[in-house]
Amino acid sequence: MQHTEASEQQNTDHANTTKLNMRKLLMWVFLGSDCLFFGAFIATYMLYRNSSLVGPYPQEILSIPVTSASTFILLTSSLAMVLALTAFQRGNTSAARFWLFSTAFLGCTFLGFQVFEFYTFVEEGLTPQTNLFGATFFTLTGFHGFHVMLGVIWLFSLLGVSMTRGIPAEKSLDVELAGLYWHFVDIVWIVIFTVVYLLSSLPSASSH
Amino acid sequence: MATHSTTVKGISERVTYTGLMSWLTTVDHKRIGVLYGFTAMFFFLVGGLEATVIRMQLFSPGLTLVTPGMYNSLFTMHALTMIFLAVMPLGAAFFNFIIPLQIGARDVAFPRLNAFSYWVFLFGALLLNGGWLINAVPDVGWFAYAPLTANEYSGFGTNFFILGLLVLGVSSVAAACNFIVTILNMRAPGMTLMRMPVFVWMTLIISLLLVFAFPVLTVGLIELLLQRFYDMQFFTVSQGGEPILWQHLFWIFGHPEVYILILPAMGIISDIIPTFAKKPLFGYGFVVGSGVAIAFLSFAVWAHHMFTTGLSALTLSVFSGATMLIAIPTGVKVLNWMATLWRGSLDLRTPMLFSIGFIATFVVGGLSGVIHASPPVDTQQQDTYFIVAHIHYVLFGGSIMGIFAGIYYWFPKVTGRMMNETLGKLHFWLFFIGINLTFGPMHLVGILGMPRRIYTYPSGMGWTFLNQIETIGVFIIIIGMIAFLFNYIRSARNGEFAGNDPWDGRTLEWTIPSPPPEYNFATIPVVRSREPLWDTKHPELGDNLPSDFGTSDNVDTNSIHMPNASYWPLVTGVGVGLGGALFLVNPILGVIGILITTVGVYAWSFEPAAPEGH
Amino acid sequence: MSTSENVDSHHDSGHPTAKQYVLIGIILTLITMLEVAVFYVEALRSVFAVIFLGLSAVKFAIVAFYYMHLKFDHTLFSAFFFVGLFLAGSIVMALMAILGAF
Repeated sequence: MQHTEASEQQNTDHANTTKLNMRKLLMWVFLGSDCLFFGAFIATYMLYRNSSLVGPYPQEILSIPVTSASTFILLTSSLAMVLALTAFQRGNTSAARFWLFSTAFLGCTFLGFQVFEFYTFVEEGLTPQTNLFGATFFTLTGFHGFHVMLGVIWLFSLLGVSMTRGIPAEKSLDVELAGLYWHFVDIVWIVIFTVVYLLSSLPSASSH
Repeated sequence: MATHSTTVKGISERVTYTGLMSWLTTVDHKRIGVLYGFTAMFFFLVGGLEATVIRMQLFSPGLTLVTPGMYNSLFTMHALTMIFLAVMPLGAAFFNFIIPLQIGARDVAFPRLNAFSYWVFLFGALLLNGGWLINAVPDVGWFAYAPLTANEYSGFGTNFFILGLLVLGVSSVAAACNFIVTILNMRAPGMTLMRMPVFVWMTLIISLLLVFAFPVLTVGLIELLLQRFYDMQFFTVSQGGEPILWQHLFWIFGHPEVYILILPAMGIISDIIPTFAKKPLFGYGFVVGSGVAIAFLSFAVWAHHMFTTGLSALTLSVFSGATMLIAIPTGVKVLNWMATLWRGSLDLRTPMLFSIGFIATFVVGGLSGVIHASPPVDTQQQDTYFIVAHIHYVLFGGSIMGIFAGIYYWFPKVTGRMMNETLGKLHFWLFFIGINLTFGPMHLVGILGMPRRIYTYPSGMGWTFLNQIETIGVFIIIIGMIAFLFNYIRSARNGEFAGNDPWDGRTLEWTIPSPPPEYNFATIPVVRSREPLWDTKHPELGDNLPSDFGTSDNVDTNSIHMPNASYWPLVTGVGVGLGGALFLVNPILGVIGILITTVGVYAWSFEPAAPEGH
Repeated sequence: MSTSENVDSHHDSGHPTAKQYVLIGIILTLITMLEVAVFYVEALRSVFAVIFLGLSAVKFAIVAFYYMHLKFDHTLFSAFFFVGLFLAGSIVMALMAILGAF
């Protein structure tokens, strides 16, 4: 049963009432769900922002310069991702592999920054057990980092597939799906960077 | 259910298995539905046993049938079992078996993901109950409030609660994602959203509720886990934490959860009543619209479970208002069912009896719900048996009655045989009387001050007689269950053959053989109205166009594409479940689960979903 | 899905080109640099929340609509995402209000 229209990338997913690809729809449903996952951790962080009984406190220990660098790296990785997808869609294999590798590499660099940051904090006396800032910070950024790590593994796996079986233009949806996940992880970081880092210097409005 | 070992001729061999392997590797939604159904029914009996012991313990003041600690475990596990291991998966059994049939599809959107959801459910169910093996059963109430769940105040059983629900959450969210894509994308040509059976609509709605609500519980569970295992003091007052945060996170999930529990039953009876009244559903648009309204509002009412926790007056007012508001769409549904019954040509066989019984008992539960939407009134009722009465009227008198209506309605389609009517009616009446005897007096005894979750009570409170009636009611329910089980087993073997359409039905599932062939539809139907089968059988009754069902005469059913069977969903499910279980032994061992899951995921990704040339 | 608002006008085919993606990337970087710069301006402290939330919302929207292609795709995808986002945001705000963070 022939099916493939390369520009549509429908793959073998058929029966399509909405004409939308099944797996892409699944990914968006999942991303909507994942918003609630991060939302609940962000809520916890925000609620406990000023509840730590002992230091270190956010303003003392968060480093905006370092985190700006890691934020820039993650944003750039999103650009690399989108360039990778474009290249796959055009069948431009060597460019595609380059950008895919770059995305994963930048993701690893971001993770490296996270590890560095976590390590530094622990050295400076902030562990997940120290206070509520530690608990909520490490949990929120930790789960974000875990999502990044899964993304990096996914991207390297796609790179492996590309270098062995190959990913032709008709199958670029496989890359697009990873891209959606990757950009989502970037978006969550945008929120975290704002809420945890940039707004760290704000005083609390009241007690609870 | 006969085992299939069909192969697809002329195209690459399709992967199939026989015997036990065929069940372990099935990706067929009908088989998965059966698996869910049997597993859930088993746990329904377990939960019922737990309830029976509770009610026996409460028969008179001062009994010591079980220890207080065991009693705490019993009411905790009774609720967890009934909610997560009985009502939800019974719903899932129907979603799995029936939804593709009602939308004219051959399977769900992601058959392997569907199988994965079942296996993870099974392992989660076992994990949740794992504590029985080592005498460390959760005993902190099904909602496990902080700070009771801290290490200092509760035992290892709480860990089974946490990991069990984390694993079950994976199952539920995966299944919900699957059903959303299936319902949106796999409807037969001509079946617009407003032509879908109400059961399909309700399934879509609860799937949306699941994907958006469960993650919040997951986060609460993770925070509790981190507190208990790694000393991260999320809910500890002495570290600046707020125990009430747990309640918020729990109920933000918990309230949508109760609608997840009731809407499927409402969907089922919205299909049954028109069939057995021989009239289309009155106000279809309103019934669907109120389901949507309920879904939205369900995210805005959670704190009504927390009215006595010291919320501000503004908070109380907002949540009270929203809770009263949510009664309106619920009432709309009831009115529409009544209007459908009105002047219908009523066929009062068992499915209809359960449906009408549902309306009666659910309304009682709904009314008590509206009563405690008022914070001052709830202040008296909170944590008394009045609430227990409400819960059970809506969940037993509501969800369970609706589910049994569905079982009697769809049994012929699943097995190809009819259940015995006399035993069915007996079951219904025993349940109806039993439910009212067991839970009716709880309203009164609650107002008279009897608290929930108490192991025993003093005499001279005016509670004893009422408790005794309640306990007797339980035994009437048990007899009803025996009648059902006997009926089910006997009918599955020797019941009268049902044929395609034993009820003179209205929707697509009755156009195909009972039980359906593996591919469901030889020809995918073309739908031209909301009740395609009815309108095709009775064009003279209205203006609706008949639909096309095709025949199986010219169709080479061997060439219909069906997905490959696969054991990777099972392997991946084992990874998730085992990971959870091993984590409890020693967190490091959880890595083994991660490894198995990873292998499963990779193998699954690289395995073709269906034969080549597909 | 083609509205002609916004920073770049692209879509000839409903699809940004590689060059336009790079431009978007540069814009995102510039906004981030702006945020960091503002962070060090003490005088703006009282409006930090507004500025940072506003700027990050813009970045968020750019990534969602362009990189994730929502602008050019079927609305259903956006619906799932924005409903999730709306619920998440509402829950954060509601909890903060109830627990007295404002």
